Amino acid sequence: MLEIKNLHASVEDKEILKGIDLKVNAGEVHAIMGPNGSGKSTLAEVIAGQEEFEVGEGTILLDGEDLEELSPEERAHKGVFLSFQYPVEIPGVSVTNFMKTAINESRKAQGLEEMPANEMLKKIREKSELLEIDRKFLSRSLNEGFSGGEKKRNEIFQMAMLEPKLAILDETDSGLDIDALRIVANGVNKLRSKDNAIIVITHYQRLLDYIVPDFVHVLYNGKIVKSGTKELALELEEKGYDWLKQEAAV
Amino acid sequence: MAYTEEELKKELETKEYEYGFYTDIESDTLPKGLNEEIVIAISKKKEEPDWMTEWRLEAFRAWQEMEEPEWANVTYKKPDFQGISYYSAPNKKPKYDSLDEVDPELLDTFKKLGISIDEQKKLAGVAVDIVMDSVSVATTFKKTLAEKGIIFCSISEAIKEHPELVKKYIGTVVPKKDNFYAALNSAVFSDGSFCYIPKGVRCPMELSTYFRINQAGTGQFERTLVVADEGSYVSYLEGCTAPSRDENQLHAAVVELIALDNAEIKYSTVQNWFPGDKEGKGGVFNFVTKRGLCEKNAKISWTQVETGSAVTWKYPSCVLKGDNSIGEFYSIAVTNNFQQADTGTKMIHLGKNTKSTIISKGISAGQSQNSYRGLVQVSSRAENARNFSQCDSLLMGNRCGAHTFPYIEVKNKSAQIEHEATTSKIGEDQIFYCNQRGIDTEKAIALIVNGFSKEVLNKLPMEFAVEAQKLLEISLEGSVG
Repeated sequence: MLEIKNLHASVEDKEILKGIDLKVNAGEVHAIMGPNGSGKSTLAEVIAGQEEFEVGEGTILLDGEDLEELSPEERAHKGVFLSFQYPVEIPGVSVTNFMKTAINESRKAQGLEEMPANEMLKKIREKSELLEIDRKFLSRSLNEGFSGGEKKRNEIFQMAMLEPKLAILDETDSGLDIDALRIVANGVNKLRSKDNAIIVITHYQRLLDYIVPDFVHVLYNGKIVKSGTKELALELEEKGYDWLKQEAAV
Repeated sequence: MAYTEEELKKELETKEYEYGFYTDIESDTLPKGLNEEIVIAISKKKEEPDWMTEWRLEAFRAWQEMEEPEWANVTYKKPDFQGISYYSAPNKKPKYDSLDEVDPELLDTFKKLGISIDEQKKLAGVAVDIVMDSVSVATTFKKTLAEKGIIFCSISEAIKEHPELVKKYIGTVVPKKDNFYAALNSAVFSDGSFCYIPKGVRCPMELSTYFRINQAGTGQFERTLVVADEGSYVSYLEGCTAPSRDENQLHAAVVELIALDNAEIKYSTVQNWFPGDKEGKGGVFNFVTKRGLCEKNAKISWTQVETGSAVTWKYPSCVLKGDNSIGEFYSIAVTNNFQQADTGTKMIHLGKNTKSTIISKGISAGQSQNSYRGLVQVSSRAENARNFSQCDSLLMGNRCGAHTFPYIEVKNKSAQIEHEATTSKIGEDQIFYCNQRGIDTEKAIALIVNGFSKEVLNKLPMEFAVEAQKLLEISLEGSVG
């Protein structure tokens, strides 16, 4: 589904991604781990089309289609979803209104009519139950005054609403207490299917106990230095990243 | 004072007669310039009683002694007051024969606002085949209103038909010598509206449709007088979301509201005068004096959405004279390109237990300058006065400006005054967040701006709010690059 080849990206002439290769098939969950500053969030944002980054060499293909020329919203319409590490606040715009706009804009792009109100309400009810979200929460302004945990849960709620093909979860576990983590992970697991794929970016093994990945990759200094199965995550938890840094330096 | 249908018919008949009789004068335009003769001529053309002529002359004499104010945070080339013609009869001839001749950009905007073809024609000054519903709508309207004893007519008509009411109230809230532009307006006002709600009557409809249809051609010096008698209620809608292209560069209107004991007036405005082009050429100067007087337990709410004009200078105010009276001001002011707006309110607390609320939302884009200027004044006798003010500014891009000038004068120790202010910028991270969810940048800005303005939009009557929302989107189109 997603195929990244030799991807280079820089910001203000500073190269951050230095040749990434990654292949994600439908139905798979990939975890990307790595020390701070290794380029994990940059990778997520470059896939989503953040224009702040200059993409040099390399290609990103989604179902064989090159994403390079596509705007962030066009990528979203094709099913790319990013759960932000730091979701922004939009005062005065309720979660419901935001979701309604997002869903209808995507439908418009696909030549579909707006989603009928009753269908929308049904969906909102269903998905908010999935993530154990109080309905009152949905009429609050988007992320304004939300706790860290509420923000992350809201991101996954949006994922559930938009039903993306490829979801990238950027440190969704940070700021979550153990109960919230379980709810969010449960939600993500229920959204897994043979038709979609998920990339989980995290520092900690903890999340991977709940969302079990098929593959684990270690990103260091703009490159994937090691790939393996879920056991690699356990090894990292035990040994830290230093041994990999040394390996990479050789 | 109550109209019957018969009287209405009669009135219409006599009106037609009047028009027929005065054809010669109507086709007339007075020479440029302003002096006592011109003021007298205007009054004569409008067949006003002597007291009105005298009133205008007093205003004119006062105006001559006054100087154009310079304290507002705006810069513009001062109008040449001797270069303006102060009376031009309403032009009955259509400007165009069909919509094909109208500026396509204007039509595009009409379409976006969802304005009907008939109304588009009316607004653009196109000849309409069937004399559009205006007459019948107005008649139905008048009938319903007349049943309740409500008077709603042009100010010229009111001066003739209800001189006792006009004489009693005109200039009582905005004195003719109040300020430079109010004095000018008092001397030369062309026309405007008059509304009287009798004691204990709740006006059954928003006074809007009628006004909207009849708005074209009210002229550059508009005068509005709304009197809500004891215990009555009225919601009054002024203006139009459709862009008004007008050759008149200077607009100086005066609006006076009088809410007697236990009365309530809700006055909503959407202003969309021509703001000038993208280079800042042309555009209307809008210098308006709006003020309301509240007697005991009365309430006045001003709600405004200001998106037009090159230069705006406007402070809808409340004089809270009666005990327990309430004043409210809800405003959204949008400036784009080279527009300048200096707008806000004055809340004058005179009575005991008076309350006021000010919510001002300024949105600046392009190279525009947007200022909030507000005064909260509590007199020594106003025990337990309360005010809450909130001024929020939203900036788009790096070349525009937002300014806040709050003035607070308190002479009574029991007063409680709160003032909150915020300035924010539409962030690229907000835009990217929306983009990532499939919402393009234009739509994202509309969403963010509407969210920012929500508290004020919520105060508008429903149908107006929807139009205003669209108007905000259109006003800011292409403002982020």
